[in-house]
Amino acid sequence: MQGKTYKVFDHTADIGVEIFGQNMEALFCHAALAVFDLITDVQTVRATKKKRVEAEGDDREDLLINFLREVLYFVYGKGWLFKTCRIVKMEERRLVAELEGEIFDAGRHEIKTEIKAVTYHQVLVEQTSKEWRGRVIFDV
Amino acid sequence: MSSIKLQKMDDCRWIIPQEGGMRVPGIIYTSEQLMKEIGSDESPKQVANVAHLPGIVKYSLAMPDMHWGYGFPIGGVAAFDMKKGIISPGGVGYDINCGCRLMLTKLHEGEIKGHLQKLVAALYRNIPSGVGSKSNLKLSSRDEERVLLEGAKWAVDKGYGSMEDLPATEDNGAMAGADPAKVSDRAKERGKQQLGTLGSGNHFLEIEVVEEIFDMQTADAFGMEKDQIAVLIHSGSRGLGYQICDDYLARMVKHVVSLGLDLPDRQLACAYLESNEGRDYLAAMGCAANYAWANRQMLMHWTRETFEETLKKGPQEIGMRLLYDVCHNIAKIENYLIEGKTVKLCVHRKGATRAFPAGHPALSERYMKIGQPVLIPGDMGAGSYVLVGTQKAVAETFGSTCHGAGRVLSRSQATKASKGRSISKEMAEKGVIVMASGRETLREELPEAYKNLDHVVEVVHQAGISKKVAKLRAVGCIKG
Repeated sequence: MQGKTYKVFDHTADIGVEIFGQNMEALFCHAALAVFDLITDVQTVRATKKKRVEAEGDDREDLLINFLREVLYFVYGKGWLFKTCRIVKMEERRLVAELEGEIFDAGRHEIKTEIKAVTYHQVLVEQTSKEWRGRVIFDV
Repeated sequence: MSSIKLQKMDDCRWIIPQEGGMRVPGIIYTSEQLMKEIGSDESPKQVANVAHLPGIVKYSLAMPDMHWGYGFPIGGVAAFDMKKGIISPGGVGYDINCGCRLMLTKLHEGEIKGHLQKLVAALYRNIPSGVGSKSNLKLSSRDEERVLLEGAKWAVDKGYGSMEDLPATEDNGAMAGADPAKVSDRAKERGKQQLGTLGSGNHFLEIEVVEEIFDMQTADAFGMEKDQIAVLIHSGSRGLGYQICDDYLARMVKHVVSLGLDLPDRQLACAYLESNEGRDYLAAMGCAANYAWANRQMLMHWTRETFEETLKKGPQEIGMRLLYDVCHNIAKIENYLIEGKTVKLCVHRKGATRAFPAGHPALSERYMKIGQPVLIPGDMGAGSYVLVGTQKAVAETFGSTCHGAGRVLSRSQATKASKGRSISKEMAEKGVIVMASGRETLREELPEAYKNLDHVVEVVHQAGISKKVAKLRAVGCIKG
């Protein structure tokens, strides 16, 4: 996946990702997939359970941050690991997504990174002539 | 280097002149050598950005371990007027009351040398660490409320350590004004699962040896001597703190829009100290601070037990006592002399350590005549420094000094640089036994990913905002 849908960039203390997508749905999905990849090796995650995630935001950037915040809450607060993401409903300031994955199992899964939070620092969601682009920096 | 203009004031300070929307100038404590390492790091710009915030007093400061954060730089210090000023969750950081606790023992290096491998393994087994590590405790909601209100005292009441530990903890291990009603259910839920865990990333527990004493008199008063064994714990408020910061950041981003405040970065979102949003955050932040103190108190207790079991010695023989516990991610209400008047200010320390001198009313009797011990952890295996607070810190830096080494390599650069190397083997060759739950952590926390701790500490020592007392060398380390 890496290189096509997102790219990790350097930020001294943290991890930043640039995300690409053909439309807003794809962009948001790729952002979620980038987060799943940063957390664990998604090859080891089975898509056995579904989780519906909803988010709202004051603008697109805020929506992206709030969406990823929800994802992180289910991972670090509820012990989920995700593999797939499908946007069920996408509006300018609201979205519904369906994520597939399973509950963390110490025997099969290795957590690579503890992402403390999604930051507003240099966050970006924009439509270029070719595609949609986004940028998010995580505090790790 | 970023586009910010820096002018040298003296050997330890560089000024960012007040320009555009800046309300005060910026001052960076650093050296010619450390200045070179700033490179493309945007932290000077962040120092200037903080100077835009309402009610900022005197200047926006950064310590020599400064590096690029989000909103505020890591290593940033800024004080705000209680009436006209703001409080910003981003100026505290996600890991509220991330801090250090140093315990001294009666043991000397020779006495544990043969047991070191066993000791590190036992600590690794007894102290839950790693990403999202969960504790074995079953914390009830009622107990969690007490943790959020009473901090380290709750832990002592439950049998983790003794009452004597409290006066050796900043604020006696409990911040006033904490209100659990201001903490979200999500934060409480995450907090319940993680009390009594070390965490991951740059958090660690390290066995150290006092290697060098710089100030005999103070070291003696602290009870430190050469070759003495000590244990350093670096940890914070875990998921509870991250969630509180995140909850209030979300709320304040909206609040800033309603105030019509024009900020250079959304991550600087804030609220006036006198607003509901500001007061609520302060009350919630206090809960996270208390949680972190309770957490480090418990980690210390298990360390004591582990030493006793492994070395088969009694508590008297080991004599593990707390030198000090101090935080480096926090906002505190403190008094300062400004233009001849004593005023209450809200001091943000984001990756900066309180460094109060002898005679400061906030200190407990134990340190009233000596000054506050300041704990500066290095990167993994680099050891640490014990400094003492000074009057000059109160006069110049709102009673603050540096907090550690500060990163120079990003995590991905560090991972790249560590390719094909066994970091734990390299550490062992240097005489440090390391056990870590994640291979990635070891790579990311590679020693050369950090600024040289000696250089950082030399700057604050030369600047006089804290004074060197002792240097400690690591011999064992457990990491998440």
